[in-house]
Amino acid sequence: MAGSTLASPSAEPVSGPAQTSAATSPGRETWKRFRRHKLAMASSLVLATLILGVVIGPWLWPVAINEIDFSAQLQTPSWSHPFGTDDLGQDLLARMIYGGRISLAVGLAAMFVATFFGIVIGAIAGMSRGYVDNFLMWVTDLFLSLPQLPLLLLVIYFFREQLKAMFGVEGGVFVLIVVVIGGLKWMPVARLVRAQFMSLREKEFVEAAKAHGATKLRQMVHHILPNAIGPVIVAATIEVSSAIIAESTLSFLGLGFPPDIPTWGRLLFDAKDHLDSAPHWALFPGAAIFLTVLSINFIGDGLRDALDPRRVI
Amino acid sequence: MGAYLLRRLLIALPSLLGISLILFTVLAMAPGDPFSEMATNPNVPPEVREALRASFGLNDPIMVRYLRWLSNMVQGDWGFSFASRINVDRLILQRVPTTLFVVGSSQILALCIALPVGIYAATRPYSIFDQVANTLAFVGFSLPTFFTGLLLILIFSVWLDWFPFVYRSDLAATGWRWYWEMFRQAIMPITVLGLFQAASYTRYVRSAVLDVIRLDYVTTARAKGLGEKTVTLRHITRNALIPVVTLVALQMPAVFGGAIVTEQIFRIPGIGSLLIDAILANDTPVIMAVTFVFACLVVLFNLIADILYGWLDPRISFS
Amino acid sequence: MKDQELGHLIARVKEGALSRRSFIKKAAAVGLAAPFANQLLAFNGVAMANATLPYKPTKAGGGGPLKMLLWQAPTLLNPHFASGTKDQIASRIFFEPLAGWDKEGNLIPQLAAEIPTKANGGLSADGKEVIWKIKPGVKWHDGKPLTADDVVFTWEYAADPATAAYTTGAYTGIKVEKVNELTVKVIFKEPTPFWADAFVGVTGQILPKHHFGEYKGAKSREAPANLKPVGTGPYKFVDFKPGDILTGERNTEYHIANQPHFDTIEVKGGGDAVSAARAVLQTGEYDYAWNLQVEDEVLKRMETGGRGKISAVVSGDIEFIILNTTDPWTEVDGERSSVKTKHPTLSDPAVRQAINLLIDRDSIQKFIYGRGGIATASFVNQPAMFKSNKLKYEFNVDKANKILDDAGYKKGADGIREKDGKKLKYVYQTSINAPRQKTQAIIKQACQRAGIDLELKSVTASVFFSSDVANPDTYTKLYVDMEMYTTTQPQPDPERFLNQFTSWEVANKENKWLGRNVSRYSDPAADEAYKAAQKELDVAKRAALLIKVNEIFCEANVILPLLSRTRVAASLNNLSHDHSGWDVDTWNLAAWYRS
Repeated sequence: MAGSTLASPSAEPVSGPAQTSAATSPGRETWKRFRRHKLAMASSLVLATLILGVVIGPWLWPVAINEIDFSAQLQTPSWSHPFGTDDLGQDLLARMIYGGRISLAVGLAAMFVATFFGIVIGAIAGMSRGYVDNFLMWVTDLFLSLPQLPLLLLVIYFFREQLKAMFGVEGGVFVLIVVVIGGLKWMPVARLVRAQFMSLREKEFVEAAKAHGATKLRQMVHHILPNAIGPVIVAATIEVSSAIIAESTLSFLGLGFPPDIPTWGRLLFDAKDHLDSAPHWALFPGAAIFLTVLSINFIGDGLRDALDPRRVI
Repeated sequence: MGAYLLRRLLIALPSLLGISLILFTVLAMAPGDPFSEMATNPNVPPEVREALRASFGLNDPIMVRYLRWLSNMVQGDWGFSFASRINVDRLILQRVPTTLFVVGSSQILALCIALPVGIYAATRPYSIFDQVANTLAFVGFSLPTFFTGLLLILIFSVWLDWFPFVYRSDLAATGWRWYWEMFRQAIMPITVLGLFQAASYTRYVRSAVLDVIRLDYVTTARAKGLGEKTVTLRHITRNALIPVVTLVALQMPAVFGGAIVTEQIFRIPGIGSLLIDAILANDTPVIMAVTFVFACLVVLFNLIADILYGWLDPRISFS
Repeated sequence: MKDQELGHLIARVKEGALSRRSFIKKAAAVGLAAPFANQLLAFNGVAMANATLPYKPTKAGGGGPLKMLLWQAPTLLNPHFASGTKDQIASRIFFEPLAGWDKEGNLIPQLAAEIPTKANGGLSADGKEVIWKIKPGVKWHDGKPLTADDVVFTWEYAADPATAAYTTGAYTGIKVEKVNELTVKVIFKEPTPFWADAFVGVTGQILPKHHFGEYKGAKSREAPANLKPVGTGPYKFVDFKPGDILTGERNTEYHIANQPHFDTIEVKGGGDAVSAARAVLQTGEYDYAWNLQVEDEVLKRMETGGRGKISAVVSGDIEFIILNTTDPWTEVDGERSSVKTKHPTLSDPAVRQAINLLIDRDSIQKFIYGRGGIATASFVNQPAMFKSNKLKYEFNVDKANKILDDAGYKKGADGIREKDGKKLKYVYQTSINAPRQKTQAIIKQACQRAGIDLELKSVTASVFFSSDVANPDTYTKLYVDMEMYTTTQPQPDPERFLNQFTSWEVANKENKWLGRNVSRYSDPAADEAYKAAQKELDVAKRAALLIKVNEIFCEANVILPLLSRTRVAASLNNLSHDHSGWDVDTWNLAAWYRS
């Protein structure tokens, strides 16, 4: 993506790297601009902390996630249970750390899958006219109209055992969930990208690139895409939170991870019936999802500002 | 334009046919059958379940069932529900007004919030207003509706006792009282749905406006000495609307399709709860009818969005 | 058993020398619970008690609206098509059977003038005939009188295979004859100890011949009365939106004086159990909510508001685990878990015994189900006379470890026991339901401490309980090592319920997995005892035979009962209601009132 900053949304002819400042390469320029975006930098730090926390957390807080202790039901945060306990007396901090790995991985991976497919399909549809566009939009419409629940049941029924054999219980479910969530969420991105492409492909700077002999692929990747990226970044960042939440819906339907694996979305779901008496149970997973969403969104904002060469920061 | 429209409509027919075939196949192959409720009851002999399967035609090959569905559908017969044994069209029509009202109002609410907030935030990026609006939007879409719905119920129904949380389709009151009761029971679900939708709309609007605001022609418009208001409304907004139109077109079919989670929480008798009940009971004729109407709306609104693109940006050609 | 002693007591009640109440007390002393003692009296010709809810209002009507909340919405109103409890509850508002079951398992006359007994000539000595007398003066909602023709027609309607009524099981294999305008005779082919099935309770609602007569058999779906019921019940039909709301108004011509109390009734459906409890206990928007399968902690907290109360009644439903003794992971002749195979480790009785010792039933009851279930080691618990007193449960991890050690299962490097390379690793499946997932977690942890590894699997209920032949996740397929669910015992008699322990009911590919014996386990002794019980007219001997069937399966540790479930309902404090674990919640709706 870094290289694409060259193609600014102006009528200027395309310039090769030689003509830009010799001191900074385009990738570095973007990084420099990104660094100046304070919120984005802070958010990167928060996200890094969250990821680090769930990765090395089990060593710092070596408490079993499924240690049932009926004498410690629904306890509020204390030294022995910093995040409190749930209704079986299980330690919530340990569960948050364990579930965070899955939630973060599912959220980010599903976002990449959905965004990638959305961009590819949207871009091809937006550039081509006629049959290709019609066909791709038909596929999009089809996916939009499929009732998700029966479809999920069907997918799981067909593929669960094979994936389990290939990747193990958790690995198989992970692949399945990422593919399922990604596979059911790319349509809005595709529609957005297509709409942007249809508008941008007629703009002067694309004409100019065309006149310079840019291939269709080059026009798409280097000239139009960077200008269409705004809504895509928004969609992608929203995707992360909706994937984390969608995962919990899936496991509620028995389609996700086994019921004893405490992902953030599932913790939030389990906590809802105790919201009035044990709000801490819902507070921590809710806050974790919020922080993730918040930081990813600000990183998205920073990225987009950094990628826009005309924006003065 | 007319020729284009005609062509698109003609393409829509076979594409809907294709969608219906795939929908039907998915539903027919999906696991489960409509008899799970009596499964552990020793009073229902297995032969009854088998006889019912046969009488509902569940033992026929999928293609035979599809063709039967299609030919009936063409004649206006949508089949009958396995669960309630009444005609599907009647079931759906009972639910349409409530769904249109609740989900429609929430969409309007979402747009009324998102458009002004998004535009204003984008014209002053990183101002206090922008930061607050953004943060609220993040809260909005990182909390699932099952959670916000419950929170509102706890606050406004259980603690404050202001609103009922069970939605009734047949309010006993008349006249002004009816409107008041309707308002009281509809406000929470509409708020939950509307704010959730507004959160993501706001982000899209802000982003789209930011994209346009620094293009050359906006600078040109400003240089011509046009007022800030005119520039924002006539030049920026119109061009920024393309992603917004796309999203609204994506959401419009949901106004018919309902909102499954919110309808469950507030017991709203909408299409969403009909659909989820039908799915859980494997009531295929109902699922098929709802999803097929939904599919028609998806195709229709995609077409409408394409036409609107041409109007918003005349350079987009469909030739 | 103490046959003679009981016979003597019964004789004294008949003579009037002993009150009914003291008989029940004395019966309890020899191990008979009240419901059975009552049945014993009934069978021996002593009339049954009357309704269990004392009715205080002195006039009909004037109670305002009664608002009920079912978190699963009713979808149809024909009682013979009612597949789920929600539909049965809704149709019972309008239709009535000849008799219903109260919460103690007593048979209470509804459209019958009296309960048939030997004394009143209703029951024949050979156990092959039952004569029902219909209450005179009962009118359908449209004003026509109820007659024996309607009762005979109901049998014809439900027994016709083309009607495909869900209640057909109670009506096939019997003959029903009209004796006179208000008397019918039910004739069985064989001596039938449990005769109170046709025309009784959930399956027994009488249909008006003049509305359904033309719609018997294949045309059953077309009857307009399917959606606009005309019955004899306490409330008349007003409006119905399937899956949403049902409304009714007071039947001014109801056949019991001064009943019903409420002027209108409303049944709203949808949502989930927790919020249904909330709408009654916390906000008081509704008067009554049913089937609250909610953790007891949550309910107790809502009750503290003081607006409403929870009531729980016993039922015959049992939550239990099956240990699969066949091999679910090897396919033989196109099916897994075939009786031709043996499970590599679970076929070893020592392993099964160890797992049974690893179930902490007391904690499961105390911390998850609360009033919703009673820990038990017996598959049949209600009526109490059919409960095995021999079966006991124990939670003892050390003992389980010792049994496994002695049987030669050694812990490997991963902490999981194995013998001859076969690890104690099992897949443990159930349907999706919060309390069940918590039970799974508790059992998994205990098993871990004994070196047994459980992989938890949960399947959405609509798939788990379906009869979809192609799906491997249905409960009758049993393509797992362990499985847990609740099975229902619809009448206060376990005979038909226990057919799931017979060899001819084993679920397999041949019967499309529709067989009732899901565990696949069988024992000739159990088969023999079951067949003997089917013909045994002596109540005590029959009970002993049925208990034997139960004990054979539980002692083999193939069936591990967990909890005898109760039916939990919430109501406002001022509502007097009467729900029963042997019938639907609305079985005695006419007698509900507000004080």
